[in-house]
Amino acid sequence: MNTGCIIIPCYNEMTNIAGVIEEASQFADKFDILVINDASTDQTSLAARKTQKATVIDLPANLGVGGAVQTGLKYAKNQRYSWAIKLDGDGQHPPEAIQSMLEPLTEREADIVIGSRFLAINSGFRSSFLRRIGIKFFEKLGMLLTGQRFTDPTSGFRAYNRKAIEFMAVHYPTFDYPEPEELVLASLNGLRLKEVSVSMRDRWSGESTISSSFSVYFMLKVTLAMIFIFFRTSKNNKEAKC
Amino acid sequence: MLTGFERIQLISLAGSLFFMLGILELIRRQKIKEAYAILWLIFGSVFILLSFWKKGLDYFAGIVGIYYPPALLFLILIVAIILILINFSVVLSSQNDKIRILTQEMALMRTELEKKSPKNVDGPDHTALNQTARTDD
Repeated sequence: MNTGCIIIPCYNEMTNIAGVIEEASQFADKFDILVINDASTDQTSLAARKTQKATVIDLPANLGVGGAVQTGLKYAKNQRYSWAIKLDGDGQHPPEAIQSMLEPLTEREADIVIGSRFLAINSGFRSSFLRRIGIKFFEKLGMLLTGQRFTDPTSGFRAYNRKAIEFMAVHYPTFDYPEPEELVLASLNGLRLKEVSVSMRDRWSGESTISSSFSVYFMLKVTLAMIFIFFRTSKNNKEAKC
Repeated sequence: MLTGFERIQLISLAGSLFFMLGILELIRRQKIKEAYAILWLIFGSVFILLSFWKKGLDYFAGIVGIYYPPALLFLILIVAIILILINFSVVLSSQNDKIRILTQEMALMRTELEKKSPKNVDGPDHTALNQTARTDD
């Protein structure tokens, strides 16, 4: 058993998952690969098992990204991994970046590292106008609530140290679209966050469940959640100080 | 209070009683938990009271300054429904959490089991279930 694991949440990624596992397995000497199959209705689980390079956790009912990711973090906590890396199951996140994302963790500069598409100017990722506005909005809101600038608050490419794994196994935002909330939650609970520049690719094939619908629901839900996490946590902190 | 019992009072009394008996019967048959029936029973009682005490509606409408007393009836009804719906949202959210935790723990245990004795555990046998669940919504 290795000291770290790569968590890959996926829903109906039958065509992509094997490739993602293959790519991630270049780190097989350091990281165990963990696939969280969020009750896919296709053969995702089988495709992942066939590679024989990953532990596959099949959720018996669909929980949404947040619940799936948390399952992986709970597993990481139980198995006493020191590091966990979260990678999307659609091939958007190039595993080569794992090395540079780990650095701030091993150097003890941060507890959670976020792979950002926008930190470097030329990162090769194109997205629609509306989506960029949405991302900018969360960047500003995040800055207001945490005092730290996150250029890519919706990025799901993240690395956690042991402290962050233990915290997030219990407190991870478990509904849909958890990423921007996670930043506020982590920051207000004293976890140190750092962004690292990565280049992302377009998903290999199929429909995205997470980010293609950059909808009104998404904006409202995430905004509400971020604001309430802020008030909830600052209230708890005040009570703790008394 | 009971003098001049009008037809509308009889009808509303019958309706309210029928409603209350329905709720009580559901509790008796354990179809509703007592805790969730409390709001229904409270508002059922209010309507029984108002069926008897016809002037009561005028009285309370006068207090809050509603000129047309029956409007107060609708107000009470709407407030009742809103309160009960909010109560549902609370229950729903807590159930959401519980189901999530159960699902996660089950999946993790299954993975442990699979590691110990791979032969005894099949792959996901719940795909059929998911498909039927999906056609429902």
